[in-house]
Amino acid sequence: MVNSVTNLGRSGVYDWMVQRVSAYVLALYTLFLLGFMLTTDVNYESWSALFGQTWFRIFSLMTLISLGAHAWVGLWTVTTDYIKATALRFLVQAACGAVMFVYVVWGIKILWGL
Amino acid sequence: MNKQRPVNLDLSKFHFPLPAITSILHRISGIIIFVGVAFLLCGLDMSLSGEEGFNQVSELLDGFLAKLIIWGILSALLYHLVAGIKHLIMDMGIGETLPGGRLAAKITLVVSIVLIVLAGVWIW
Repeated sequence: MVNSVTNLGRSGVYDWMVQRVSAYVLALYTLFLLGFMLTTDVNYESWSALFGQTWFRIFSLMTLISLGAHAWVGLWTVTTDYIKATALRFLVQAACGAVMFVYVVWGIKILWGL
Repeated sequence: MNKQRPVNLDLSKFHFPLPAITSILHRISGIIIFVGVAFLLCGLDMSLSGEEGFNQVSELLDGFLAKLIIWGILSALLYHLVAGIKHLIMDMGIGETLPGGRLAAKITLVVSIVLIVLAGVWIW
């Protein structure tokens, strides 16, 4: 078995699991939000009321963390496939990781208005 | 090494099978979404900052360029979603054969093209 220090779960099977579990969360959130936009008259009241609900803030944060994990596994796969130079690949992966971290923290700030 | 083996390095003669095209599109759409999330979070931040911010986003989304960007992100998202659901179905052991994979690739493309066109109609 080949292990890589830069993949999320140290093993392909674990990464596969992370990818699937996060995929279900992301798909449910996407379908829910699209459904909301299609069935509700979206204005400031309905929009802020939705994001004011605690359960929806938790759902949104869960989605954002899933996005981070999902994107890490996906971008790790893509970068290891196409960027053969180790230093450059590491830099690109580090940049992707930094962006994901910013997304999660920014998302917490938006959702909970810290 | 066998010197008689056939060599064909004429790249114009190679062509990707449909499942390979859907796979590479899945990767490209994933990268587009990853970049697009920055725009979406920016819009979410503005829209939840107050009624004024919400109206600003609303006005912004009336512009042609903004509509085009949103349609692009939504297209990538819809394609990635459809191709992802195909993967989840295949995980259950459905369509794992070569003809099954080819059919699934066709279905993925057709369904996502229909959804992308509908999304375009919805936005404009």
